[in-house]
Amino acid sequence: MGSYPFSVHAIRELFPALRQQVYGKQLIYFDNGATSQKPQVVLDTLKQYYALENANIHRGVHYLSQQATTAYEQARRTIQNYIGAKSPDEIIFTKGTTDAINLVAFSFGELLKAGDEILITAMEHHSNIVPWQLLCERKGCLLKVAPISKKGELDLEALNTLLNERTKLVAITHISNTLGTINPVEQIIQKAHQIGAKVLLDGAQSIQHLQIDVKQLDCDFYCFSGHKVFGPTGIGVLYGKEEILEKMPPYQGGGDMIAKVTFERTTYNTLPLKFEAGTPHIAGAIGLGSAIEFLNGLDMAAVAAHEHELTKYAQGILDTFEGLHIIGEAKNKTSVVSFTIDDMHPFDLGTLLDKQGIAVRTGHHCTQPLMDFFEIPGTVRASFAFYNTKQEIDTFVAALERSMQILGA
Amino acid sequence: MTIQEKQQELIDEFAIYDDWMDKYEYIIELGKSVKGIPEQSKTKEQLIEGCQSNVWLTCRLEAGKMYFEADADAIITKGIIGMLLQVYNGESPQTILQTEPNFIHEIGLTEHLSPTRANGLLSMVKRIKTEALQSLNP
Repeated sequence: MGSYPFSVHAIRELFPALRQQVYGKQLIYFDNGATSQKPQVVLDTLKQYYALENANIHRGVHYLSQQATTAYEQARRTIQNYIGAKSPDEIIFTKGTTDAINLVAFSFGELLKAGDEILITAMEHHSNIVPWQLLCERKGCLLKVAPISKKGELDLEALNTLLNERTKLVAITHISNTLGTINPVEQIIQKAHQIGAKVLLDGAQSIQHLQIDVKQLDCDFYCFSGHKVFGPTGIGVLYGKEEILEKMPPYQGGGDMIAKVTFERTTYNTLPLKFEAGTPHIAGAIGLGSAIEFLNGLDMAAVAAHEHELTKYAQGILDTFEGLHIIGEAKNKTSVVSFTIDDMHPFDLGTLLDKQGIAVRTGHHCTQPLMDFFEIPGTVRASFAFYNTKQEIDTFVAALERSMQILGA
Repeated sequence: MTIQEKQQELIDEFAIYDDWMDKYEYIIELGKSVKGIPEQSKTKEQLIEGCQSNVWLTCRLEAGKMYFEADADAIITKGIIGMLLQVYNGESPQTILQTEPNFIHEIGLTEHLSPTRANGLLSMVKRIKTEALQSLNP
């Protein structure tokens, strides 16, 4: 697919899920932070794979197996090129972001010792908190948390003072799933490298909004999920710098990840297969490759501009609502609008919006420590993708007004 | 009124609404009329934590009948609680154990009792049944 000018109406045509009604109302899908809808081309790729190309990879001598292996490895190269990795060996297929972070926490974690420190931030998703807590319990490492401001921005000064020679890894979200804050990761990576710490970026919310170049960012690890970037569920990616991945022991044992097995001693396969034990999610990887190719056909700068416009538009209207508080007012933020309304429970608002055909997320968004920081039980979160429109925001605003009327009356 | 009749009464009340928002307006009105539990009397033991909303439940046995009081932080949850209490309050433990809250499905609120909804209601129904069972085998 070649590049073409950005037209939201043309793009919407490519997403079958957006054409449906729920409860007799046209569906408005504002839960893109949780997962994105899939373009027809990804659905076609999955169908084609299971219908005609299905075979196990890396070990078959027959035609189909070679076809499937080629497609799987091609997907790896597509992703490598998309995020600017040096080599396909730096692209490890995982189940998703959570799985990728757990892989690093286990395997990179094996290289750490008691007293070493892991630095995270107060705005992390549970999946970038709990794996490190498990590591700390296992190895006696210490977890440090960099604070944020009430606007939802990282306190860089505090973060810098927490960085020290014991810090071995800084694991930080590129974009907050709850607040939309885009963190100044380039600065953080530079500072961390000065003291010899490695940096992992949780890219679950950034891959679909920003053009990612891991070489330019100079991050040591970057993780993302396929399903948030218009691909299938159950597939994700861990990017890691080759020299670091080489030093890390395998995460799981099984087929594909071995060179030679005897009962006395097993030698491991080379990268990237060292970290891909067992039959991988072949269809998922090929489907993700197809989603990335789809993105390759888009002008990501125009996409970012459209999403920014949607966010500004929605925030501008919601700001005028009495009793409504936007949670996450960072200067640099992506297309997430999280809010609370005085005396109204997010669950009630979400339920009433749902009945009007509008899908939003409510609750703590797997960021309970962040909710504790803001002293709220949860928020309503509308998160936009490039296929959303201002008209949808107008309908959402009217539905929100009606919900508030019913709840407040 | 038997427990089945109480369920039917609720089903009939909802039958007049064919619009989802009207149904929910009615549930919210119900929620506002539920007495609830005063803040200072809410205890950890009564709390049923849900991912989306929290529920509190107390119960007592009087002359062989069970009486529940409940509360929730979300008003829709509270409205559905109001209906569950209307059905189960004043019934014997045996009746409670034998009766599923089928009216919820009939009214079209099944999603609120689904494990994925995580609003504490499914756990609350389980807790009601557990309390009934315990009162039979103290």
